Amino acid sequence: MFAFSSPVIDYHALAPELVLAGGICVVLLVDLFLPDHRRWITGTLSGLFLLGALLPVVTLAVLGDDVRSSLSGDGVTGRYVVDNFALVLKALFLLAGYVVVLLSAHEIEEGGYYQGEYYVLLLSSVLGMVMMASSRDLVSMFVALEFLSIPAYMMAAWKKRDRKSNEAGVKYYLLGVFASAVMLYGMSLLYGVAGSTLLTDVGKAVTLEGDRAGVQVLGVVFVIIGFAFKVSAVPFHTWAPDTYEGAPTPVTAFLSVASKAAGFVGLVLLVFLAFPQARDVYRPFLWVMAALTMTIGNLVALKQKNIVRMLAYSSVSQGGFILMPLAMAFTGDAQEASLRAVVVYLIIYAATNLGAFAVIIAVSRKTRSGEISSFGGLFQYAPGLTVLMTIFLASLAGIPPLGGWYAKFGAFKAVLDAAGGWGYSIAIVGAVNAVIATAYYITVMREMWMKPVPDGDVSPIKVHGSIQAALVICGVSTLVLGVLPGLIAKVGAITDLAGSLP
Amino acid sequence: MEPIQDLQWLLSLGTFLPLVGVLLMLFVPKKNVDLIKTVAVGTALATLAVGVVTALKFDYDQSEKLQYFTTNNWIKPIRATYTIGVDGISLPLYLLSMVITVLVMIYSWNHVPSPGNPKAFFILMLVLQTGMAGTFIAQDLILFFVFFELVLLPMYFMIGVWGGANRQYASLKFFLYTMFGSALMLVAFIALFVVTKNNASDPESANFTFQWFNENGPDVARNTAVWIFAGLFVGFAVKVPMFPFHTWLPDAHTEAPTQGSVILAAILLKLGTYGFVRIAIPFLPQAAVKWAPAIAVLAVIGIIYGALGCLAQTDMKRLIAFSSVAHMGFVMLGISTLTDLGINAALFGMVAHGLITGMLFFIAGSVKERYHTLEIKQLTGMLKQMPKMGWIFGFCAMASLGLPGLAGFWGEFPALLSAWSPSQLLVANGHEGLFRILTTIAALGTVLAAGYLLWLFQRTAMGEPAMAASDHGHDDIHDVNNFEWASWAPLLVAIVVLGIVPKLLLDLSDPGVQLISDIFKVSGK
Repeated sequence: MFAFSSPVIDYHALAPELVLAGGICVVLLVDLFLPDHRRWITGTLSGLFLLGALLPVVTLAVLGDDVRSSLSGDGVTGRYVVDNFALVLKALFLLAGYVVVLLSAHEIEEGGYYQGEYYVLLLSSVLGMVMMASSRDLVSMFVALEFLSIPAYMMAAWKKRDRKSNEAGVKYYLLGVFASAVMLYGMSLLYGVAGSTLLTDVGKAVTLEGDRAGVQVLGVVFVIIGFAFKVSAVPFHTWAPDTYEGAPTPVTAFLSVASKAAGFVGLVLLVFLAFPQARDVYRPFLWVMAALTMTIGNLVALKQKNIVRMLAYSSVSQGGFILMPLAMAFTGDAQEASLRAVVVYLIIYAATNLGAFAVIIAVSRKTRSGEISSFGGLFQYAPGLTVLMTIFLASLAGIPPLGGWYAKFGAFKAVLDAAGGWGYSIAIVGAVNAVIATAYYITVMREMWMKPVPDGDVSPIKVHGSIQAALVICGVSTLVLGVLPGLIAKVGAITDLAGSLP
Repeated sequence: MEPIQDLQWLLSLGTFLPLVGVLLMLFVPKKNVDLIKTVAVGTALATLAVGVVTALKFDYDQSEKLQYFTTNNWIKPIRATYTIGVDGISLPLYLLSMVITVLVMIYSWNHVPSPGNPKAFFILMLVLQTGMAGTFIAQDLILFFVFFELVLLPMYFMIGVWGGANRQYASLKFFLYTMFGSALMLVAFIALFVVTKNNASDPESANFTFQWFNENGPDVARNTAVWIFAGLFVGFAVKVPMFPFHTWLPDAHTEAPTQGSVILAAILLKLGTYGFVRIAIPFLPQAAVKWAPAIAVLAVIGIIYGALGCLAQTDMKRLIAFSSVAHMGFVMLGISTLTDLGINAALFGMVAHGLITGMLFFIAGSVKERYHTLEIKQLTGMLKQMPKMGWIFGFCAMASLGLPGLAGFWGEFPALLSAWSPSQLLVANGHEGLFRILTTIAALGTVLAAGYLLWLFQRTAMGEPAMAASDHGHDDIHDVNNFEWASWAPLLVAIVVLGIVPKLLLDLSDPGVQLISDIFKVSGK
């Protein structure tokens, strides 16, 4: 009675995932036959596969705007789709992955770590993210989330002989698993209410009315908590600073940008598709979380002495700015604006933050230190890196004409579009926090431009070619997106998510 | 009113030409100092030439209209446009920014402050130039915001890297204050957009151009408008700076290198007052009427407070900085009257203050270079040791205190005059008495100004030199040199010319100002 009919596969729509999956196998195999001194080839190969996966994304984008269901058939149609939202984010994940490969190349090779395995895990994690962007179903979301998280747990602990790295991995793993469990429980409640795992079905069922309202509230809250861990929203952020500090720096860059973005994609899908009628639950919840995340992330960041820890808290607080429009998603007529604001924020934040980490990797290669004070006098011996770092930090602070201002602008505009007390109040909280944030970004600038060199060593920094490439990609995107934000034209085409409108 | 669209490219050229210079300079090796300076000064001169052409081709008979107007799509999703144009209100400031940059660069030729690195220093000045000029030509709120903020980082680095002993503290303070103001300002901009869009009969036509807000802003409900105005107020008042947001200014000025002080005083402070005249007041006239008395009170507090602050200073540069607070108080008092006369006085005051205070900071810089101190006690006898410098200083002090016949007078006196009889709407709201009291107090401020400036002049320039040249570590104290003459002479000439023929500026700004002040006339009278 439950005859299985195999779904029809749209190979074009599924091509990015297929290329990545193929890449994972190839890198794994090639790694077996490479002599030690040639293992860097695995890195190059991974980079190529990431760019290769970008090709079908581009062709899909060029082909047209209609929504494609990657799998269609009985009970699978609409659960895994390609729409503008998915395409933009897939491109983001693939490019971010590529930049992380560039950042890793030298670092991983030099540290004598297991290169082949590292890149396999990186590719797997990116595959999970790419899947997340297309998922429109609780189950596929969960699978995607685990797919992207489990490799990341291992990557965080990649510096095997370093206790801090071990701590980073274990902490990340334990809290991540805990979050998954909470989320899974929430999902089971939602399934119980809706009788379906399709997000839009859940959306129809979760009305917060009737005798199962209590269960619905719990389901919504648990699922959001699960993702709040992923995006390190306060008070579920405690793992982030330790993990970021302990993990190898390229992995930190990956976690703070790509992994975080994937978490936000999950939240967006839930809020827009599964909870549109549960505003009374998620709005106060996300509102408070956004305000706390911005404020606490900022206040703690002010005190940090280690640059990676500072960026960790900064990334926590940036998360608050992304939560802000999300909380207002169905308030006033902010729907479109807030969806777009989140996507734009993720893109610009990725370019900027990856750039900042690239500079840190380049500088710490010479100074062998993660202290902010080790950036002292950088302007005297590495003016190029200093200017780039200034651009990235100023962009994070949201100073025009660098990318970050447009991201913040979009977030503010979305919550003000929402109007009403909820919107105005969070906008004020955000504005105050934007100022607090500049205080710690500027301490780094001050260190670089105005302080003396701590050890008097002013020999120039040799920046490895792949890091240079990463710096160019991030620097150019940060500048161009700030002056001509309209260039991310596809984002303008994101008006809704597949399935969000009846 | 149709804007004039001739020579659309001229403004963009004038605004972005400095960035071309920056690009060129990036390829000049750091060691080739002369080439760096030549490219920088050349770019600034070329920019000024474009500015002069802009002024020559300007149609002075229609100065109330936007000219060289051009509008293009910029960021479609949020309906921000690249809309630029100048009218009689912005043209003088646009030109002033170019003139000041050129003069500051000439001055910098052999005055690059410690720790050197002329390449970075000149690049920063060129970036500043783009930001300043852009702010004055922007006719779109988002574009305005971007240019307004563009000056922030270069100025921060200018103070923080090339400044005095306490530079790090001063630059951070400057930065955080301004950021705070602009964050609230941005929120206010967006709120204004959202509210006008929701009010409009055709929300789809909403955009960020000034024209849209000029047409739709006045319809915003008064209570909402008052709140949005509050955000704008903080943003602009920090920049002006108005009491009580002024505390960053004395520190920033004292620690900034001479060039930074001059640019800060001559142009950057004007961005705030210009914002009031161009944005806050015409877009939200209802709120402006509500806020005007508060602005006037704060302005007068600024006048008196600044003057008292001056009397207490022992450092010449810090004294000039405090005098800026007082002078900007007069400008804001003029604006707060919402009258034709008051706003014209304010615009004149902005230019005059730019010329005079810019000049005073130049002198302070040169004095510091020679005496290695700005402690007033140790500066006596300037007239004996370097008579020309001393007399130029005396001249500028006279101009600054508002001596009739020099430019400073036409900013202060009409401001007081207008405050005596503020706009009819303010009178109708029963604020006439308040404004009259404020006028009286502000008039006292002019007396105080004469007091502190003359006292300063007397203490520094007259008497016997406290120390011989050798005490200052020099063989001799040399008088004004050629680079100084080249960079100062135009300012000195302008101070005299504008003092004798104020019509030059007033005729230019008046038609535009009338459009603003007409909003505040009770209809039918």
